[in-house]
Amino acid sequence: MKALHKIISSVKPHFEEGGKLAKFWVVFDSLETFTFTPGHVTNNGSHIRDGIDLKRTMFLVIVALLPALLFGTWNIGDQYFSSIGESAALFEKMMVGALKVIPLIVVSYGVGLGIEFFFAAKRGHGINEGYLVSGMLIPLVMPVDVPLWMVAFAVAFAVIIGKEVFGGTGMNIVNIALTSRAFLFFAYPKQMSGEIWIHDVAASKGGGLLVDGTTGATALGYLASTVGKVVDTPAVQGVMNMFADGGMFSLHNCLLGTIPGSIGETSVIAILLGAVILIVTGIGSLRIMGSFLVGGLVMGLIFNLLGLNGFMTLDPLHQIVIGGFMFGMVFMATDPVTAATTNTGKLIYGFLGGFFSIMIRVFNPAYPEGVMMAVLFMNVMAPMIDHYVLQANINRRQKRLQNI
Amino acid sequence: MSRIQRIKKGADIRLEGRPADTVSKAPSAQIYAVKPPDFLGVITKLTVRQGDSVKAGSTLFYDKKKPSVKYASPVAGTIKDIVRGAKRRILAIEIEADSENSYVDFGVLDVSASNRDQILSRLLESGMFPFFRQRPFDVAANPEDHPRSIHISAFDSSPLAASASVALDGRLADFQQGIDALAKLAGDGGVHLGLRRSDNALAGVKNCQMTYFEGPHPSGNVGVQIHHTAPLSKGEVVWTISPQDVANLGGLLTSGKYIPSRVVACGGSECKDPQHVLTLSGASIASIIDVPSKAHNGHEVRVISGSPLTGDQVSKDGFLGAHHFAIALLPEGHDPKFLLTSGWLSLGLGRFSLSKSFLTWLMPKSKVWALDTNMGGEERAFVVSGQYEKVFPMDIHPVHLVKSIIVNDIDSMEKLGIYEVAPEDFALCEYGCTSKIPVQKIVREGLDNLRNELG
Repeated sequence: MKALHKIISSVKPHFEEGGKLAKFWVVFDSLETFTFTPGHVTNNGSHIRDGIDLKRTMFLVIVALLPALLFGTWNIGDQYFSSIGESAALFEKMMVGALKVIPLIVVSYGVGLGIEFFFAAKRGHGINEGYLVSGMLIPLVMPVDVPLWMVAFAVAFAVIIGKEVFGGTGMNIVNIALTSRAFLFFAYPKQMSGEIWIHDVAASKGGGLLVDGTTGATALGYLASTVGKVVDTPAVQGVMNMFADGGMFSLHNCLLGTIPGSIGETSVIAILLGAVILIVTGIGSLRIMGSFLVGGLVMGLIFNLLGLNGFMTLDPLHQIVIGGFMFGMVFMATDPVTAATTNTGKLIYGFLGGFFSIMIRVFNPAYPEGVMMAVLFMNVMAPMIDHYVLQANINRRQKRLQNI
Repeated sequence: MSRIQRIKKGADIRLEGRPADTVSKAPSAQIYAVKPPDFLGVITKLTVRQGDSVKAGSTLFYDKKKPSVKYASPVAGTIKDIVRGAKRRILAIEIEADSENSYVDFGVLDVSASNRDQILSRLLESGMFPFFRQRPFDVAANPEDHPRSIHISAFDSSPLAASASVALDGRLADFQQGIDALAKLAGDGGVHLGLRRSDNALAGVKNCQMTYFEGPHPSGNVGVQIHHTAPLSKGEVVWTISPQDVANLGGLLTSGKYIPSRVVACGGSECKDPQHVLTLSGASIASIIDVPSKAHNGHEVRVISGSPLTGDQVSKDGFLGAHHFAIALLPEGHDPKFLLTSGWLSLGLGRFSLSKSFLTWLMPKSKVWALDTNMGGEERAFVVSGQYEKVFPMDIHPVHLVKSIIVNDIDSMEKLGIYEVAPEDFALCEYGCTSKIPVQKIVREGLDNLRNELG
């Protein structure tokens, strides 16, 4: 590797101040530090340092996302072929999926990193690695057939308004990936609903290819249609039967993930694989994930007891395996910048996040994806939760002062 | 009376080159130095000139703000040089030792028959007092204060630290004498001695409150011990002193001689013969330890006066710091690390990490690590949370305190507990920080700002 380092060192002067390419210093610096952790040494303070850095942290999150990404890619193909009643080999399914996913990833990273480079150069600091994760999360929370130009807009909005105006990585209030998704759902509500969850479902319908009964709606879409109706009607029972054993959204299918939905959110097993990686490496907060799960189950149980509509009667375990609940719990709520930062705060933050996810989902049928709203809401609330946790700590200290 | 306190948070970094439990006597150094910057908050007023001859215990300078606090020469000799830095700030007073040491005779003082003022004035005139530091602010103690209590941590839990039982071997009488003197100086809170639970060398000491501590570093930090025994509140002052200086203090009162002796732990992966060495405060590094010209990795050797987590970088011809009881030799880490082999994408078997993303946590506890001084990444914004809390065993929120210092929010600093902390308490936070934030420097600046603000 000495040879590679020599090459990099030999072109370095061009990028340094006064060089021809000094404008592109940020790009060079990020590539150089990407290949070689620099030989910087400590001066005073702690003379020895841990090997952990932001690059490794962020990279491990991407590794944790891989199972969901790969399964999602396959599932796009699987959903497509079953919607037109054809069987296909693994490779064909992956190809259909890859043709949808790769452009999304390219657009997400292209636009997002482009903006990051611009701001880093303008502010004169190195590239923070935060966007490596956001750029991978964004494609995974998108519906399959979302137009690429919309994704580009959403990414630009999320990175500039969601992050850079607050000062860049580490300073943002709300999660970048969720901001981009929220932007799309509020800016383009018409395009973001209906037949975008299964690849080409509208065209298949037009061509008469669609298998009977396939509508391209997600589990949450179906359930939302039961809200406001009496539980015992045939229409509601028809929906609820889809969630029974052997139905399209049976517990088995939801765990496995062979259902329509955002690209990365469908397979609970793939997401939990990622969760294990995050927890074992200590990068994802077990506190947040655990309390988020409990929060969701508690709300599901309360709805169960109320049982006012079909949606509420769904088993709490079933509630948490559909929609984006699991994905939001493992990858969105745990974003350390936007979550609560105190240990006690994390428990409260996670619990309320899970609780509101299920609540919003059931109470607001017009907008079924409750997890996104809940996590964004809790992102905004996180500083307040921390404030009260800190205040309790401060009060303990002041009480001690009074006791002397 | 003794009690047991278990510290759960923290980490022991087991570095290669741990000093053996043997003590060898260093050849007496030719040159010694007293470095005023070692005593934080002091404004130096010299009483000697270049060429003057001094005895061990002769005053070299005093504090302009507190003229009673005198700083003494560790040996008899001639003032060789007065080293000045920017704005003519005095960095060091170098003394060339005579072949025969001679002492200023301060006379014997019977502690049990003396009152607080007599003991205090003896410590001040002899130059022993500067070894006291105070909390809050972790600066040189002020003799006009009446400290609530005096705290001594009898063990150092940091990597490559000197063993107190080795250092105090055979000096228990002096140590007890020192404790008795401290008991007269301290207020109602008395003298607190923090001991390692597994070490009974000082178990027989009387006239103080003992607490046995169990758990990883920083359980030996005096600040952590104060927090768990008698936490400090705004407006209170406590003094701290190292166990070796307690023995030196006791020795001064019984013999009348100022002998700032030091048993120094010499260690680190570049140290050929890691062991304890007996010398004096301010001795030249060269007289204590052999510094190889090149480290194993081909780079230079870093000489650290003090612990690798908190000490000062000194040159090969530098001097031992006043509050330091260890010298560590570590290799400089100038090698760029390729991402796959040893950089951020490697399995990370060769690098001790507090993060479980490196597989080092699967390694047996007996493994020792040879760490270099590489930063291991570049400085970034605060992103990761929960990291500092794992190695910060106080009921204080470290990240929020550090952030309040960064924005210089004095009100928040006070509320979040800045009076209880010293930079050294944050050393492990700094070690394990993903974003490579210079936490100790930030805390030091915060303490200095606050002290200036309060006048």
